[in-house]
Amino acid sequence: MSFLEILYFIVPSAIFYAAPLILVAIGGVFSERSGVVNIGLEGLMVIGAFVGILFNLLFADTFGGMTPWLALIAAMVAALLLSLLHAVASISFRADQVVSGVAINLLAIALALYLVKSIFDKGQTDFISERFARYNVPVLSEIPVIGPLFFTSVYNTSFFAIGVAFLAWFVIYKTPFGLRLRAVGEHPMAADTMGINVARMRYVAVMISGALAGIGGAIYAQTITGDFGHATINGQGFMALAAMIFGKWHPLGAMGAALFFGFAQSLSIVGSSIPYIQEIPNVFLLILPYVLTIFALAGFIGRANAPKANGKPYIKGQR
Amino acid sequence: MSNRATNLLVPIVSVVLGLIVGAIIMLVSGYSPIEGYAALWNGIFGDLYTIGETLRQITPYLLAGLAVAFAFRSGLFNIGVEGQLIVGWFAAAYVGVAVELPKIIHLPLAILAAAVAGALWGFVPGLLKAKFRVHEVIVTIMMNYIALHVTNALIRTVSDGGDRTERIFASASLRSEFLENLTEFSRLHLGLLLALIMVAVMWFILEKTTLGFELKAVGFNQHASEYAGMNVNKNIIMAMVISGAFAGLAGAMEALGTFEYVSSKGGFTGIGFDGIAVALLGMNTPLGVVFGATLFGSLKYGALNMPNAAGIPIEIVEIVIAVIIFFVASGYIIRLLLLRAAGKKKEAK
Repeated sequence: MSFLEILYFIVPSAIFYAAPLILVAIGGVFSERSGVVNIGLEGLMVIGAFVGILFNLLFADTFGGMTPWLALIAAMVAALLLSLLHAVASISFRADQVVSGVAINLLAIALALYLVKSIFDKGQTDFISERFARYNVPVLSEIPVIGPLFFTSVYNTSFFAIGVAFLAWFVIYKTPFGLRLRAVGEHPMAADTMGINVARMRYVAVMISGALAGIGGAIYAQTITGDFGHATINGQGFMALAAMIFGKWHPLGAMGAALFFGFAQSLSIVGSSIPYIQEIPNVFLLILPYVLTIFALAGFIGRANAPKANGKPYIKGQR
Repeated sequence: MSNRATNLLVPIVSVVLGLIVGAIIMLVSGYSPIEGYAALWNGIFGDLYTIGETLRQITPYLLAGLAVAFAFRSGLFNIGVEGQLIVGWFAAAYVGVAVELPKIIHLPLAILAAAVAGALWGFVPGLLKAKFRVHEVIVTIMMNYIALHVTNALIRTVSDGGDRTERIFASASLRSEFLENLTEFSRLHLGLLLALIMVAVMWFILEKTTLGFELKAVGFNQHASEYAGMNVNKNIIMAMVISGAFAGLAGAMEALGTFEYVSSKGGFTGIGFDGIAVALLGMNTPLGVVFGATLFGSLKYGALNMPNAAGIPIEIVEIVIAVIIFFVASGYIIRLLLLRAAGKKKEAK
């Protein structure tokens, strides 16, 4: 296998694995930029995956090829509602945001499995019939090198995820809303004195993170697994959290980190059929994203600073 | 109402609210909550066997709860109990199968191996926190996944490609014929005693030693402790190491008592995460952890009876536990409502 052939093999699969991570990591960026730590991304993704699959199974006959896209909307709404619980606890009830996030994770997987067992009478759902389809982008896939790398047998969801990342960058850095969002996360008291409604900004940010995590979960389930069970998401949300930190709380950084983690994940799965890489024990590829995140946090790969007010409830009038 | 009373009431109110939410969910999804909770009750106290198994389930919860609570007291949030438990589980099982020694040496050695492995897994985030001010929450989450994948790979190596190790030698086992006979051959083992001793150890460290005083001081206010001449960094590392050792011991309970082997895992055991619930409910005190572990361990084991007896998925109990954590975390609002209710009573008088 030549080097280029190896790339043709790995790169599309890396992008394919990265797409859900990108979306969920961007969700994390919104929430944490506003000052709300969101460990609950994993749980929000679980709910997204479950609702996506459920919607797909129920309405595949009605909507046909459109089903997976409509399922994304259903998943988005469901995860948004669940994220409201995190928002209420951590913004209005001044709960410890990490604890509330842990509760969201436990609740989401329990609720999803409870419903799966109530509805399907077994531990996992049936497989969906309407999946996102791979296709070759006309014209672009004919370009030498770039065509086979980026435009052959791709999913529309990958383009969607990358588009969302750029949109998020624009919203956070180029709009008044983004400026307010960052202000609330860095110095809520200053933002408050300038007339920004801190609580409202944070609610909106957490809801955005819920929506994106839900979409990410539904994409993961509808492209990679095809059904929903207890191990469907299995740490993807935490991987996205890691991508957000590795990307230094910046949307495009998070996208880059997610692409890299997708690369590591796809290597650990397809690596056994690639020369040289098959000699690396699988476990190193599996733990790579987590080890890298720890290194990034320890400052070995440039300093990663969290938003200053991240994790602190804002209490009016308190210095 | 005194502060102390409200502090005690918050967990109780949370548990009641959690059970009510569970009942509502059962009702909405077409099950009978009364049948469900009756099945849960019978699953916990049905006969001597279930009581033995419930106590067996409580054992690792005690240690996982202690681990989380100990770190909390020093101002650290150890979400990594799960990973520390997994490496402890592997270390104990490995020592259990690798050598055969007289019981008096083998059993303590296997237990010690688990504690050391867990402590090592706690040392990493402790060191990073002390030296680089890296938030321990993220590092411990990452360490959980590293533990999961690394132990799976090690199990594969140790068992020549299999997915579980051999059964440990009897000389490393915590099982006791006496306890088994007492409880109609449940898997209740001597680990329960060890866990209760550890409860006392945690109380002793926190209340009766200089180390414990310093750890609590650091937990209250790092800057003040530093001005008072305490070595904050050393205390942060110590707290994580001891917390990790407790978690490792929880793994030893599974390795040497319940299962007597270690198998590769597709996902987490959940005991470590439930340890967070145990500690929170127990307000991070040793005695509180005993209550928290008893409640959650019982719920968890009793739930196994719900599908058979009432046709209700066991996940209902996980939902209840999650809701309880949610309410305990939102203690501020419960406290506020309790105070308001108390205030109104006074006005009425």
